[in-house]
Amino acid sequence: MNWLTRLIPSIGKSSSKSKSKIPDGVWTSCPSCESALYQPELQKTLYVCPKCDHHLRIGARTRFNIFFDNGNFTEIASNVETGDPLGFKDVKAYPVRIKEAKKNTGESEALLVGFGKLDGRLVTAAAFEFKFMGGSMGSVVGEKFVQGIEQAIESKTPFICFSTSGGARMQESMVSLMQMAKTSAAIQKLKSNKLPYISVMVDPIFGGVSASLAMLGDINIAEPKAFVGFAGRRVIEQTVRVELPEDFQKSEFLLEHGAIDMIVHRSEIRSKIIGILDKISK
Amino acid sequence: MIKRHFLEFEKPLEEIADKIDALEIVSKDNPELRSQIDKLQSEFEERTKKIYSNLNRWNKVLISRHPQRPHTSDYIENIFSNFDELHGDRQFGDDPSIIGGLAKIDDIPVMIIGHEKGKGTDEKVKRNFGMPQPEGYRKAKRLMKMAEQFELPIITFVDTSGAYPGIEGEERGQSEAIASNLALMSQLKTRIIIVVTGEGGSGGALALGVGDHVTMLEHAIYSVASPEACASIVWRSSEKAEEAAEAMKLTAKDLIKLNIIDEIIEEPTGGAHRNYKTISQNVRQSLLSNIENLNKIPLERLLERRYLRLTEVGK
Ligand SMILES: [Zn+2]
Repeated sequence: MNWLTRLIPSIGKSSSKSKSKIPDGVWTSCPSCESALYQPELQKTLYVCPKCDHHLRIGARTRFNIFFDNGNFTEIASNVETGDPLGFKDVKAYPVRIKEAKKNTGESEALLVGFGKLDGRLVTAAAFEFKFMGGSMGSVVGEKFVQGIEQAIESKTPFICFSTSGGARMQESMVSLMQMAKTSAAIQKLKSNKLPYISVMVDPIFGGVSASLAMLGDINIAEPKAFVGFAGRRVIEQTVRVELPEDFQKSEFLLEHGAIDMIVHRSEIRSKIIGILDKISK
Repeated sequence: MIKRHFLEFEKPLEEIADKIDALEIVSKDNPELRSQIDKLQSEFEERTKKIYSNLNRWNKVLISRHPQRPHTSDYIENIFSNFDELHGDRQFGDDPSIIGGLAKIDDIPVMIIGHEKGKGTDEKVKRNFGMPQPEGYRKAKRLMKMAEQFELPIITFVDTSGAYPGIEGEERGQSEAIASNLALMSQLKTRIIIVVTGEGGSGGALALGVGDHVTMLEHAIYSVASPEACASIVWRSSEKAEEAAEAMKLTAKDLIKLNIIDEIIEEPTGGAHRNYKTISQNVRQSLLSNIENLNKIPLERLLERRYLRLTEVGK
């Protein structure tokens, strides 16, 4: 775990810079076992509860800091601006929601795309920011994802995506829905260029992201106990009117039903991907 | 003649239709009533025209779900000849909520794939109200690959409230089934024409909706989620469905402005359900001219064009 100790400074650095992580207090509690967790300790465990092994949700930037060598990456497609194609307004206008999400997360949208080294090998990666409107996929997420893939094709690098998302973004309706086709088309292009796409599924993924880019990995990896499905639990319960088993739609359920290749602990995702790329990437 | 199912905004039409029905019965013995019936008949048509020229988005949601709206099987019957239905995904089963098969349109062999909601309680249940399971999408995928192999244009008819949200669907990979159709269609080496005939609901609709030319019937809808689902997600109340329908810009007119679709097929006055013959003729004409136009584009160029079309949405 040498790389892990190496990373600790950069993890610490990023959490002071961005608000997309665990709340600022020194103590927090585990959403699963409710144990009190000490922040500096959590950084060392990559935000996995030392008591019950629950994988806490982390921001896109923290994810990249853990993933890339020394947490170094060059952000790409950072200047794509969110529009309001429908002039959508519910209780709040869409541009107001975007503004709030930007302020709350310190991110410009729900997807971060970067280019950097993984164990010395150049890779392109994307990570969803769940706290930005539930990681929902609108036109900017789709566009940034595709620019990431185009970059991977141009630089002949593998592409890795860490997905966590509630699905397509309602406020852009059909423009959002079409991002499912857009990202899938780009992935297909990457594959025709014989470049690998590794999809890492992180709690939770539903709807339009699950039914497009998240499921299309040459290799699908999930973190333990991540909820991943097409329809949300409540929708299914209302439709079929039975109570669902507790592990329904969890990573373990997905593995059993053949939807993913493996479940990998957060502390081993990096070394696992390095080992896979060593075999499938030139 | 006049079909007997009226939507909530068609109340004035229902009243006239009731009067006509009543007069029809007594007019057998009183031929002088004929002129009154004719008068009511033209009043019915006038009012229909007026109501249908001023529809809001929620009205269109209701029309798109009209129980007598023509479905894929009606279009197959009225537009194509020599239909050979092909069944099964060769892996698990056959999903009756998606119909597929070989047919001819004007002597041109094609592959047809479409959602089918069914009519009447028994058929609706059998077809799961047009909400596919993964094996439906996998059957579609198999037929698409076959169309590529035999260089047949693919015509899809989109009409679903969405993929079925159930336990078995999740177990058998509903997400994967949809995702892999999107990926496949983006590069499939044959012409793909999409006709959204009724409800275009979410990913379950899009899984038959990626291609070279997308048309919508005048009163069809297409959206990221049903207005009810959108309302409960965004407004946290499914009672805001009408507002959600307005906000989502889900009509053909909206979507042609947003460059999501390419063409709107006009419906007969009062909607497709009032005249199967006319709507079928309109769809047929559109299909024939689109097949001809797409055939002029070399395959390689067509695929580049499709990729650009997909990646330019929301740029
Ligand atoms: Zn815990």
